[in-house]
Amino acid sequence: MNRRTVLAMVTGALLLSACTGTGGSSKGAEAKAADDPSKVSGTITVLTHRTDLVQDGTMKKYAAEFNKAYPKVKVEFDGITDYEGEVKIRMNTENYGDVLMIPAVIEKKDYPRFFASLGSQAERGEKYRFTDYTTVDGKVYGQSPLGAVPGFIYNKKVWQRAGITDWPTTPDEFLDDLKAIKAKTDAIPYYTNFKDMWPLRQWTEVNGSVSCDEQATTRLAEGDPWAEGADLRTADTLLYDIVKSGLIEKDPTTTNWEASKPRIAKGEIATMWLGSWAVIQMRGAAKQAGADPVDIGFMPFPAQKNGTFCAVTLPDYNQAVNIHSEHKEAARAWIDWFTDKSGYAADNLALSPLKADPLPAILKPYEEAGVKLLDLDDSKGARVKSIDNQSEVGINKPDYRQDLVDLARGATKGSLDDFLDRLAKKWTETQASLGS
Amino acid sequence: MTDTTEKAAVEPAPGPAAPKPAPAPRTARLWRGATPWLFLLAPLTLLIVFTYAPIANMVAYSFTDWDGVSPELHYTGAENYAELFTRSDLFEVFWVSGYYLAASVVQIVAALYFATILSFNVRFRNFFKGVLFFPYLINGVAIGMVFLYFFQDGGTLDSVLSLLGVQTDRAWLGTPESANTSLAAVSVWRYLGLNFVLFLGAIQSIPGELYEAAELDGANRWHQFRHIIAPGIKPVLSLTVILSISGSLSVFEIPYIMTGGATGTETFVIQTVKLAFQFNKTGLASAAAVVLLLIVLAVTWVQRRLVPDEKVDLV
Repeated sequence: MNRRTVLAMVTGALLLSACTGTGGSSKGAEAKAADDPSKVSGTITVLTHRTDLVQDGTMKKYAAEFNKAYPKVKVEFDGITDYEGEVKIRMNTENYGDVLMIPAVIEKKDYPRFFASLGSQAERGEKYRFTDYTTVDGKVYGQSPLGAVPGFIYNKKVWQRAGITDWPTTPDEFLDDLKAIKAKTDAIPYYTNFKDMWPLRQWTEVNGSVSCDEQATTRLAEGDPWAEGADLRTADTLLYDIVKSGLIEKDPTTTNWEASKPRIAKGEIATMWLGSWAVIQMRGAAKQAGADPVDIGFMPFPAQKNGTFCAVTLPDYNQAVNIHSEHKEAARAWIDWFTDKSGYAADNLALSPLKADPLPAILKPYEEAGVKLLDLDDSKGARVKSIDNQSEVGINKPDYRQDLVDLARGATKGSLDDFLDRLAKKWTETQASLGS
Repeated sequence: MTDTTEKAAVEPAPGPAAPKPAPAPRTARLWRGATPWLFLLAPLTLLIVFTYAPIANMVAYSFTDWDGVSPELHYTGAENYAELFTRSDLFEVFWVSGYYLAASVVQIVAALYFATILSFNVRFRNFFKGVLFFPYLINGVAIGMVFLYFFQDGGTLDSVLSLLGVQTDRAWLGTPESANTSLAAVSVWRYLGLNFVLFLGAIQSIPGELYEAAELDGANRWHQFRHIIAPGIKPVLSLTVILSISGSLSVFEIPYIMTGGATGTETFVIQTVKLAFQFNKTGLASAAAVVLLLIVLAVTWVQRRLVPDEKVDLV
């Protein structure tokens, strides 16, 4: 390195040591609901990951509807494609919109620094689902406008053609059904979406469905997720067996999510593990591909407790008010209206955040089959996240499921037991090192 | 690195020509001394703001436990470095660089071959120059996307092979070996043009009469290459080797876009990005980035020691 480079680096270091300090540490503001809607005013910016709805004008329609109740509030939308990445960086400043979806990377304990509280959990929990996902010290900082239920999206016609009429009730039965599909139809029994990664991550959401326990998240925080009979071990074993038995696409490394939607609609793919949120997309793709949207079915994870299926309810992104917002009242008004009155959840065929609302039509078969819906207790959610990051296991990241699929299809060597034991070891060791 | 690096001249070395002390009035002398610095103001500002400042910041973060977004960060001393060096699994990914190193040998040889051929009078030579250089102009993301289709099951590669009568039934990105080989091949396709242009420029700066004299003496093409071209482009050749090695150690975009590091294609940079943005260990990832920087500097230094930069003197 020559002298000039060193000089420049030193200058840079000096310049920057000044900038590395952190900004203000205001904490504990509240966004109160206004008493009189006609008096709330201001222009608010809403950051959203739904770029599709911003572009096709749907969000504008919601805003127009909102203005009927709150005439003096002007709502602007900022649709962000790489939502997680971009908002995370913007949150290093004070300028991250007035209303935003809480990025997954923000640690729960930091919520009071970034967001204004929406009220106490004791009060909001009466009316809304998912409040404990954003509760810190008894105060709620966000509200998801819709919820989803994880499950298998499947093509009913293909399953029927293979001679299957009832939902499988055990992983083994599910495996046999997939084998029957392979034998009797041309469809790919199970599509992994390996290359797009995030669909594999969804397998973690099996958690709770097997044990039928509302404390499933707490058990992740305190126990071994890969112990014999634990939820994640059951899920991972099923995924492993599916891949091992050759019931997936021929080349998982070049899958294509967008292309997979019409393919399941046309019956080229039989099954995918996703969530109820995907049904509307698959039906849309079916219409476009000239297939019958009704063929898209939805079934719970093949496990039963005392003869009933269980399925967990999960929030989407939680909407929150920026603590630095100058129009907190208007921002709060938007969140309340969007959650209670917009019909956003119904438009997306999703689970309503209001406990009193009926289930969406998609979940009718669930209701008829007596599937028990669980609202998971998320009070230990933050701890699970930090164990996950600290241990680099990544139950909420795609990598370990990709490794699992690679292992199952023989691209890497090893046994499933060793693989899961290694994960369990990392997980429990980190639990111990983080203390309780 | 010694100050010989400046002669390699790929990074714009901002060096003011030493002002000759001239017998002039004091103010005029001052101005003359300041002039080069005034010209340097813009590039230096850019260089500091976009290169050195972020590096300095990164070094600062590498001593903290920052998660990338929390306003709270703690100074942890050398803890990140200690963790980095006690976890051998973090360095295992360097084996993947071997594929790219092997590929860059192929790449340099091919580039040299084409550059030599096209520096003589060949029909359509400008067309071929364009064809060879074109891939380098395409955005890396686009290349990643295109080659995903290329390697897909029943994709371009399979169709072309079946036209040639070869029926393959393999997932090109399916096993670690074939995935890494395929990705390294893409990287050869992409960077061949750059090496080619560097070599071509160097070859064309060799005076033409040398070839004529050589031909009169009965030297054939191989002799000309061996005794005129190869020694004539030695500085560029060694620069290319340095670039290839540091490039192989820090491969990123092609594997990241095409496989995301799955199936044993994870490189050191991908691993660093995942530590920073997936597991929110920005501090540890910064330390990893600093270590990579040091490794690249060390490799370059060793190389310059082994192959010192001699002055080329053909005539």
